[in-house]
Amino acid sequence: MRIGYYPGCAITTGSSSEEYGTSVLRVSQVIGPELEEIHDWNCCGASSAHATNHKLSTALSIRNISLAEKYGFKEILAPCPMCSQRLIISQKDVADDEKLKKEVEDAIEMPCNSGVKILNYLELIKNYCMDDIAKNLKKTPKDLKIASYYGCLLVRPPKVLQFDDPEDPKSMDEIVKAIGAKPVEWEFKTNCCGGGFTLSRTDVVLKLTNDILEGAVEAGADAIAVACPMCHANLDMRQKKIEKEYNRKFNIPIVYISELIGLALDLGAISLGLNKHFVETESVVNAFS
Amino acid sequence: MSKKIGVFVCHCGTNISATVDVEKVAEEAKKKNPGVTYTTTHKYMCSDPGQKLLRDKIKEEGLTGIVVAACSPKMHERTFRNAAIKTGLNPYHVEISNIREQCSWVHKDKAVGTTKSIDLVRMMTEKTRKDKSLKPIKVHVTKRALVIGGGIAGIQAALDIADGGNEVILVEREASIGGHMAQLSETFPTLDCSQCIMTPKMVEVAQHENIKLYTWSEIEAVGGYLGNFDIKIRKKARSVDLDLCTGCSSCWQVCPSKKIKSEFDMGLGNRTAIYVPFPQAIPSKPVIDRENCLLFKDARKKNIPPNDSKVCRKCIDACPIAPVKAIDYSQEDEIVEEKVGAIVVATGYRELEDGLYGEYGGGKYKDVITGLQFERLASASGPTDGMIKRPSDGKEPEIIVFIQCVGSRDPSKGCSYCSKTCCMYTAKHTMLYKHKVHHGHAYVFYIDIRCAGKSYEEFAQRAIEEEGATYLRGRVSRVYQKGDKLVVLGADTLTGSVVEIEAEMVVLASAMKAQDDAGEFARKLSIQYDKDMFFSEIHPKLKPVESSSAGIFLAGTCQGPKDIPEAVAQAGAAASKVLALLSSDELEREPVVARVDRQLPPVFSTCIGCFYCQKVCPYSAIEQEDIKARDGSVIKTVARVNEGLCQGCGLCAATCRSKSIELAGFNDEQIYAEINAVEFN
Amino acid sequence: MKIKISLNESSSDFAKEVEERSGIKVRECYQCGKCTAGCPVAYEMDYMPNQIIRFVQIGAKREALTSRTIWLCASCITCTTRCPKEVKIAELMDVLREMSLEEGLANPLEKNITTFHKSFLNSIKKHGRISELWMLNEYKMKRPKTALQDLVVAPQLISKGKLSFLPHDIKGKDVIKRIFEKCE
Repeated sequence: MRIGYYPGCAITTGSSSEEYGTSVLRVSQVIGPELEEIHDWNCCGASSAHATNHKLSTALSIRNISLAEKYGFKEILAPCPMCSQRLIISQKDVADDEKLKKEVEDAIEMPCNSGVKILNYLELIKNYCMDDIAKNLKKTPKDLKIASYYGCLLVRPPKVLQFDDPEDPKSMDEIVKAIGAKPVEWEFKTNCCGGGFTLSRTDVVLKLTNDILEGAVEAGADAIAVACPMCHANLDMRQKKIEKEYNRKFNIPIVYISELIGLALDLGAISLGLNKHFVETESVVNAFS
Repeated sequence: MSKKIGVFVCHCGTNISATVDVEKVAEEAKKKNPGVTYTTTHKYMCSDPGQKLLRDKIKEEGLTGIVVAACSPKMHERTFRNAAIKTGLNPYHVEISNIREQCSWVHKDKAVGTTKSIDLVRMMTEKTRKDKSLKPIKVHVTKRALVIGGGIAGIQAALDIADGGNEVILVEREASIGGHMAQLSETFPTLDCSQCIMTPKMVEVAQHENIKLYTWSEIEAVGGYLGNFDIKIRKKARSVDLDLCTGCSSCWQVCPSKKIKSEFDMGLGNRTAIYVPFPQAIPSKPVIDRENCLLFKDARKKNIPPNDSKVCRKCIDACPIAPVKAIDYSQEDEIVEEKVGAIVVATGYRELEDGLYGEYGGGKYKDVITGLQFERLASASGPTDGMIKRPSDGKEPEIIVFIQCVGSRDPSKGCSYCSKTCCMYTAKHTMLYKHKVHHGHAYVFYIDIRCAGKSYEEFAQRAIEEEGATYLRGRVSRVYQKGDKLVVLGADTLTGSVVEIEAEMVVLASAMKAQDDAGEFARKLSIQYDKDMFFSEIHPKLKPVESSSAGIFLAGTCQGPKDIPEAVAQAGAAASKVLALLSSDELEREPVVARVDRQLPPVFSTCIGCFYCQKVCPYSAIEQEDIKARDGSVIKTVARVNEGLCQGCGLCAATCRSKSIELAGFNDEQIYAEINAVEFN
Repeated sequence: MKIKISLNESSSDFAKEVEERSGIKVRECYQCGKCTAGCPVAYEMDYMPNQIIRFVQIGAKREALTSRTIWLCASCITCTTRCPKEVKIAELMDVLREMSLEEGLANPLEKNITTFHKSFLNSIKKHGRISELWMLNEYKMKRPKTALQDLVVAPQLISKGKLSFLPHDIKGKDVIKRIFEKCE
């Protein structure tokens, strides 16, 4: 089985969140379906497009779906939730609006019939990899407590995305359990981290992420698992600044769920990109030894 | 033979036993209270096993007096007295000592609660020792009912009672029945035409063989009591003979006084001096408005009998009835008397008067109108044939502003309550407006949108979502005229902004007020009313249609603001109470009534005839009786209690200076015995 | 603030415009405030999210389009998710931002945000994908005051190989350019 791979800009090699892409691809070499990059994909436009130009946002997203269709993919994996959310919303928007569909087809110079299913990373694991994980499990961590942090884009808007429970999602916790770590119960699973404001309104991001980090620490988590490059950047790259701003110490590793799976499969920390984090991930890596 | 008294102390689950040591109360009663021969406690005295225990012990122990220490007598006095009846014991030897509401619920300290309960039980034991057997009073029932008010509530009550097989006297003070509902255009939340659903009921009243209808008539006096009311009805001079008149319209067509403001159209349309208030009126026969008729004006001015005036006799000349004309200028008010067994009061409401809100210019600016006026504008039978035209120049308003809570929820204007219907009728008004003026803009200023009826919330939301009415949250401070526009100064507290609208018409959702003469009328019927002059029900939850006087029931807006379905439901409830009351030939009443003493000659009575009792009696139950010698000469005039009217409140007995009045079951001896039983430490 | 309504300045047109453009039923909002209650950025906003809807409802176009709120909305969609009347509030913010830009009413106090969006889209327009370094460069040139805070992390990003110096152009970048032209 082959699934179209749409990495999106943030997680490709040479980008700020490349370790997410690296670990997703590394894990896919061992478990789950074969991932095949969609040739010549383009940026989905992310917040900047949907916040300022709905038609542009839709066209940029739909071009990728149409490409996938052209290359015969039935399903696409978009590990970045910004991408998966934009793709799914755009798909629905053109399905609901004949006029918009015509305009988009005209713009992207391709038909868009939208029969392709878009998967986020948790969905891919849940749908195709749970048995493989059980079969290939090499290392289980000793008493590693993980706060699963889903953020906004995986679950909202629920009517369109139709993935997991928007108020108390469980899919990532189940993966955490499957690799032998312990999910913690906490209240900030789907709180917003400030997303795209990391450069433009860093102050907002610092406040929101401080609340999230505090919540995870209070719940007793040793690390926070994420499946979103923006969440990761705000919690990991900005963690020093949060600590400085609020005059406290968190020092809590922020790891991608794909990295955790990789560690459980004994794939080697460096091959998963765990050396590229801002907050040291050693404690997590060591828990698996 | 001295009484053998049994004391039964109830735990009421833990309601009583948590703060009262019930075992100790029982023990103490037996130990210290004279006459007590048996005591026990029970978890729930009111339960079947509890009642059985009471019955069994009356027989086994030969008890002749019972004290149940439990909840308020309002709750279960009847339960325990009925239990006693089954054993053959006269129920008035059963007394309740309230150790729950007046003791366990208000005390936290168990020692205090227990001591007080012991006292309370001892007091009641002392009273019970002096209880006498009493017999219920039997009252004859006149199987007819009076319904006062011919609006939707009165009509519904009259029809329900009449359908139940009883004769109904329906009295309406206007020239036609129909009330306010007949004035409405469409009704919420279904938007069906008010007259279309109202007129069939009006016709049914007219055709019903059990209903005797008095229109243009008022209640002059109400005497008597439950089952036997004596009613005096003033038939106001209509100047038209209802039997002769065919309602042919010849008279009002020729009437020269054509510019009299129509009450039915809320002053927005005109009528003649001899008129039928609206086309579907019941009866569809005219009345002469003597204030405005040229002939009557002339007669008053010249101080001559109306028949002698020659100023204008066009209506009588046009009347085609022969040989005797249906119009009769010399008709005078007539008092008729009717006997009924029960009364339903359904006298309705009035709309808040213009002018109370100077800041809105009501009554000053022609284009500031009230809710009922808007109903008339929107009504197909109204002065504009249902077109929304402003009164000043007939222009169709393109911007219309509705102001809610005008007079409601406004303590500064003496009206703290919510009129309950305005949120819904304003939503309806915006819809009617948008249906008629498609390009128009409707704005509503509101404080809250209160739509707590079936399908009501959806209706109001429809006005906003589908009909496009713009709701602004805030009261309006002022409305003033600027050219041909009305400037409305309001606020939208949701955005924190001042809102200024140049409107072309303003509609005030005016409060529902009690009728102007509600207080006077209530006194006529000896029923109570609240601070807003709406008639009071005895219990807001469990007796919502019963007035404070037995046999008088309440229906519709005279009891408080309500909408049509609620008024109809209440009318049905009142009718069912009346039907239950009229279903038997005789009524049994509690014998707890006052009695003025009577003695052998030459004293006859210790009553000194001061009649203070008469002044304090809230039920008009005290009458004056002449004690006459054989030759018919009056020896003395003394008080007498009408047992049918007396509610046993005891005010007369407490007021009586010569101790001539005794309240059965609560005589002075008993009250003193209770007081003396308290151990004062 | 004062809102004037007369025959010349009718309020319902703006609501209608927004509803027609977006399909979002703005009138269905009954102002319960749940969106505001759950908004993570509300504390920074000049008007609460429900007030923005209110502006649209009552035709206060300028107030809505010049607000900082529409730019501060992080598109987390918590509001839409929990709205009892299913009003798409987050999506409404998108429409208002779009209209605000079209009418040149974007609040200058949130220029960081608008500039970021512009730099971001320029990068896509040029290369078809985001080249973070080039995008950052453009943004920081335009908003130099924000540069300082990121001076700390930029070298680390570079040293971790996370900021590529060479922008990657996609093959279909001409199509992308045409998409921009057709949609702008």
